[in-house]
Amino acid sequence: MIQIKNLHANVGGVEILHGVDLEISAGEVHAIMGPNGSGKSTLARVLAGHGAYDVTEGQVLLDGADLLDMAPEIRAREGVFMAFQYPVEIPGVSNTYFLKAALNAVRKHRGQKEIDAVDFLKLVREKMKLVQMDEGLLHRPVNEGFSGGEKKRNEIFHMAVLEPRFAVLDETDSGLDIDALRIVSAGVNLLRNAERSFLVITHYQRLLDYIVPDRVHVLVDGRIVRSGGKELALELEAKGYGWIEQEAALAQPVGV
Amino acid sequence: MSAMLIERPTAAGSPIEPYLDEFARLRGERPAEPTRVAEMRRRAIERFTAVGFPTLKEEEWRFTNIAPIVRASFHPASSEVAEFGIEAIAPWMFDGTAARLTFVDGRFAPALSFVGDLPHGVFVGRLAEAIEAQREEVSQHLGAHRPGDRADSHAFVALNTALFKDGACLLLPRGVRIEAPIHLLFVATGGTMSFPRNLLVLGEDSEATVVETYAGINGSGGPALTVPVTEIVAQANSSLRHVKLQREEREAFHVAAFELRQERSSRVASHSISLGGGIVRNDIHAVLAGEGADCTLNGLYLVEGRQVVDNHMKVEHVAAHCDSHELYKGVLDGKARAVFNGLIHVHPGAQKTDAKQSNRNLLLSSEAIANSNPQLEIYADDVKCTHGSTVGQLDEDAIFYLRSRGIGIEAAQSLLTYAFASELVERIPVEPVRRALEEFLFARLPGGEVVRQAV
Repeated sequence: MIQIKNLHANVGGVEILHGVDLEISAGEVHAIMGPNGSGKSTLARVLAGHGAYDVTEGQVLLDGADLLDMAPEIRAREGVFMAFQYPVEIPGVSNTYFLKAALNAVRKHRGQKEIDAVDFLKLVREKMKLVQMDEGLLHRPVNEGFSGGEKKRNEIFHMAVLEPRFAVLDETDSGLDIDALRIVSAGVNLLRNAERSFLVITHYQRLLDYIVPDRVHVLVDGRIVRSGGKELALELEAKGYGWIEQEAALAQPVGV
Repeated sequence: MSAMLIERPTAAGSPIEPYLDEFARLRGERPAEPTRVAEMRRRAIERFTAVGFPTLKEEEWRFTNIAPIVRASFHPASSEVAEFGIEAIAPWMFDGTAARLTFVDGRFAPALSFVGDLPHGVFVGRLAEAIEAQREEVSQHLGAHRPGDRADSHAFVALNTALFKDGACLLLPRGVRIEAPIHLLFVATGGTMSFPRNLLVLGEDSEATVVETYAGINGSGGPALTVPVTEIVAQANSSLRHVKLQREEREAFHVAAFELRQERSSRVASHSISLGGGIVRNDIHAVLAGEGADCTLNGLYLVEGRQVVDNHMKVEHVAAHCDSHELYKGVLDGKARAVFNGLIHVHPGAQKTDAKQSNRNLLLSSEAIANSNPQLEIYADDVKCTHGSTVGQLDEDAIFYLRSRGIGIEAAQSLLTYAFASELVERIPVEPVRRALEEFLFARLPGGEVVRQAV
């Protein structure tokens, strides 16, 4: 599904990712954990195509196609989705209508015809239930005045409607209380299937109690320093990031 | 100054000469005007002769260079109204109006106008007719609040006063409410100059909705110059909803004055939309003269290319307990320029004033320029006044967010631009006008079809 090879990326002339390698197969959920400033969110934004980041080396393939060559909207239409850590408020643009325009852009790209209003409403009602979203939020401007939890639910709701093949969740758990975390995670779990892959980025192990990953990777200083099964997350929770950072520092080739 | 001086003005070769000639010519055309009006015109042309056209050296004009207007020559409308079929004005017409008065180059066009059944005592018609009939409201209010000979009246108001041929007049008696909008349509043909003068007097407890549309036709004759003055008197407890839609030809010149006087507990909401024109200037002056008056002044301007739009507002709180709310927003592309100059003046004794003023500009291009200058002058101590202005670009994070959901970059930019403008579009109280403006935006914005779907 997704292959990340030796990915280097800069922001403002400073290199944040120093060669990330990662491969996620169809249907798998991988988690990336790491301390603050390790480059987790940079990786998410590079995958989504944020213009502030320059990729200086390496490659990302989506089912063999060069993802980095695509504009952000093309990535979305090709089935890449990023749930934002800080979803943006867009006054004046209705949540529903915006989503319909987005869905139709995706459908058009896939050679499908535009969805009609009745079918769209049916789809939206069904997907809202996944994250127990209040219908009132549909008719409000995108994210405007939404609580932190409502914004995160809205992200998962968008994902449910757009049905991506590869979804990146960028610290979706940040700022969520335990109830909201349960609801959001349950929504994600319902969207898991044999074709869809996820990259779940989080600082805390807690999220991974609900969204149980197939693999866990630890990102330190722009590199993946350790990978393992879901038990790696528990180990990190118990011991913190300190020991792994030390190990990573020791493992650096001399002179770097 | 003697009347002789006006008949033979010493302005040969100066840019004001053609206007003085036109004044002299018009005097011959209307020998029977009431003395008061004739006197007002005489004082106005004297004032114009004395001050001439404003230059960049004048504080009120320092950002808007009107030299292209001064240099250009315009011809007055021919005595025959240009021959247009109703289809020529169809793009600006809308359904559900109580009346439509159409003026072509400042002259009334009866074939393009109608007045439906209106309550007894209402006058909706030509100002020239109301002057001729010596209507009491006209002698009381015409030029009383924006006379054109006052020290603070600029050259164009003076010109309008001296040269207006006609315009719309609405006289609403006490207690009369007209639900359906009254449409005043001003069409300028290429190369002409016109000076429409409108007078709206709302009697006590009356209510009306008025839409002024300024449009252009046949730009091949060169840019037209339109210099309208609209005077509004809202008497006690009356209510007016007013929309001005300026959508002339791209090169046209439009220099307008809007004079509003509000008495006790009156409510006026004005929505001014500027879309067309090479140079567009609006001078808006509101006087809140009676306690408890409520005044809303909304504005939206969308300019591109080398268009210039300049909104000068002055809101005077004379009486206590009045509210004024101003929100002007602009979208600028290309090398367009916008000027906003807003003054809230709170007079001594205007306690409990609640005044808000905001001007926000969205620049879509690095070459567009917005000058925004909100000002407060407060001479009372128990008041609430806020003002602010912003000039900014589209939010890159919002663009990325939309793109990350599959919306193309162009459509994402257009969607955000539309959203910026829609706050004011939504407030327009006349649905067909609101829809026409939405359509204009969909057509103007790249990727407008996606925007249409998404809003």
